[in-house]
Amino acid sequence: MTGQTLIHLQDVSKRFVKGKDTITIFDHLGLTIPVGDFVAVMGPSGSGKTTLLNLLGGIDQPTEGAITFDGARVDTLTEGQLARWRAHNVGFIFQFYNLMPTLSAARNVELPLLLTSFGRAERRRRVEAALSLVGLAERASHYPREMSGGQQQRVAIARALISDPKLLLCDEPTGDLDRATADEILAMLQLLNREMGKTIVMVTHDPEAAKYARRTLHLDKGRFTERDLVA
Amino acid sequence: MRVFNEIAVVTVICIKSIPQRFWASLSTVVAVGLVVTVLLAFLAMAAGFQQTLRGTGAKDMAILMRAGAQAELNSGVSRDQARLIEEAPGVLKGPDGKPLVSPELYVIVDAVKKSALPDDGNMKKAPKSNVTLRGLGPAGIAVRPGLKIVEGRRFTPGTNELMVGRALQKDFVGMNLGDTVKLGNASWVVVGVFELDGSVFESELWADTPVVQDLFHRQNVFQSIRARLTSPDALLALKDYAANDPQLKLDVTTEADYYAQQASRTSDLIQKLGWPLAIAMAFGALAGALNTMYSSVAARAQEIATLRCIGFSGTSSFLGTLAESLVLSLAGGILGALVTWAAFDGLTASTLSGTTFSQIVFTFRLTPAVALQGVILALIVGFVGGFFPAWRAARIPIVEAYGTP
Ligand SMILES: Nc1ncnc2c1ncn2[C@@H]1O[C@H](COP(=O)(O)OP(=O)(O)O)[C@@H](O)[C@H]1O
Ligand SMILES: [Mg+2]
Repeated sequence: MTGQTLIHLQDVSKRFVKGKDTITIFDHLGLTIPVGDFVAVMGPSGSGKTTLLNLLGGIDQPTEGAITFDGARVDTLTEGQLARWRAHNVGFIFQFYNLMPTLSAARNVELPLLLTSFGRAERRRRVEAALSLVGLAERASHYPREMSGGQQQRVAIARALISDPKLLLCDEPTGDLDRATADEILAMLQLLNREMGKTIVMVTHDPEAAKYARRTLHLDKGRFTERDLVA
Repeated sequence: MRVFNEIAVVTVICIKSIPQRFWASLSTVVAVGLVVTVLLAFLAMAAGFQQTLRGTGAKDMAILMRAGAQAELNSGVSRDQARLIEEAPGVLKGPDGKPLVSPELYVIVDAVKKSALPDDGNMKKAPKSNVTLRGLGPAGIAVRPGLKIVEGRRFTPGTNELMVGRALQKDFVGMNLGDTVKLGNASWVVVGVFELDGSVFESELWADTPVVQDLFHRQNVFQSIRARLTSPDALLALKDYAANDPQLKLDVTTEADYYAQQASRTSDLIQKLGWPLAIAMAFGALAGALNTMYSSVAARAQEIATLRCIGFSGTSSFLGTLAESLVLSLAGGILGALVTWAAFDGLTASTLSGTTFSQIVFTFRLTPAVALQGVILALIVGFVGGFFPAWRAARIPIVEAYGTP
């Protein structure tokens, strides 16, 4: 870790209006994530973990406050600008993998590259490299239904990595997997963090999973109750 | 190029997901297919009808009827008028030097369609249809050089003998060579079957003028005069001649124009029945298409949100969903065209012609232009049925990507 800041949340509030009620999820929240960090976010259901990832990933906007990424504001971008920003800077990994069931593993991994100017040959080369990285080079032409949960999640990791983003956001990436498979995936995330310098924010319920991270944040009622800012 | 890749892959994802909603998708295809089949059946009928009537008229054959009569049925001309036309300019003369002018009688008689015959074969109980009995003399045959006697022979003048058009013979009961036919109060014998270039005349019965006049009490009266012209341009001379003679208050047109006008009136009518019915049904198919596409969008909500997460635009989801709907409706359109083609193309039917009040036998024709209209209607249903669901697809919140499957 370089100590340089990748993400900074300053006085971020997030409220949802539901009918007459306004639910406050975050009230003047602050957070700094340095480049190369691997943060586990834990907390009870409904504490706002997913909402936090949405804000970090630019798929939701704060009601108040500022979010900077690599020194630039992202909370002021338009929807179209955000889409492009996400394509370049963020890789998403979901609990249920979210692969396209009608596309092969290789075509799934290729998706983010279709938003770049790479030609067909270059795309294929990169897809092969990403699939080898997650140990699925032989499965390129397989469809999601022909793969185990762990394999599908590895395809999803390859998809998240393919456009070489600085930040990986994982929402319960092992929530649907057995212990052994979960450990494989977590080891892979740890490798990506240590060897490739990817900054990772991972939401999890599993204390074992959190051990793979450099630090753990506990979220409760919209606040971090325990902060370990030492990397 | 980038935008194209993006839209192409979302379209592929949408179209490949069709089998996941197989039955809903199939029902949309079938509903659209049904609409197109109904429309095309009407349009093929109109096209076939038009083709038969259009094929009837010759440009160098004048037809003369009482002024304002519009159709042979309403017309009356006298023997004297016919004689005056024999002396008119522009009228072609036959090899024997006689002008090719044929005064003709036009009588509506009853006959039974094969399709209307009851199961027990009892002719008396069967509903009757109107058919045309044309009375003509030797000149009537001389003015129609395309006439082919395909069975038997011509009628002998002065006898109760009939010639039957090929189409009528196929479509009606008891019109074969040697059959006895009761028309009015007299019995007639079929002695010949003729073809005449697939024209409406093939839906007629022909007999000798004096016999028809006698049996139907129409002495010295005809309905029309056919006159073969030296050339199509000679019509003008004939018209001038008729206009300058107060005894000749007749409308003069070419047979081609006369039948073309009749064709467009009746086929307009068929189309005016077909389109509203098809459009009413199209609304039903549209409801089905909307339903299918909304459920498709709902089923793919997480996929769409995931793509948006990755950075795909709402536009690509919109176009992909629209493409899915268009593919389904196009399949329906093609299905409808194929069904129409298999079930109706070449099918012979007869219908009451609006202006002649007698049956005209014609063949359904599914021409490419007609089929195209069906496919276009299908695509309109697909476009509207896909548009609103596609709009919804484009607005699915990205946060749905986290939703449980
Ligand atoms: N789009 C939304 N509209 C209204 N309420 C929401 C919305 N998204 C989340 N919430 C609410 O915010 C709270 C936190 O949700 P979430 O971030 O999903 O929690 P967690 O992931 O920690 O379980 C919940 O009470 C949830 O109902
Ligand atoms: Mg959550």
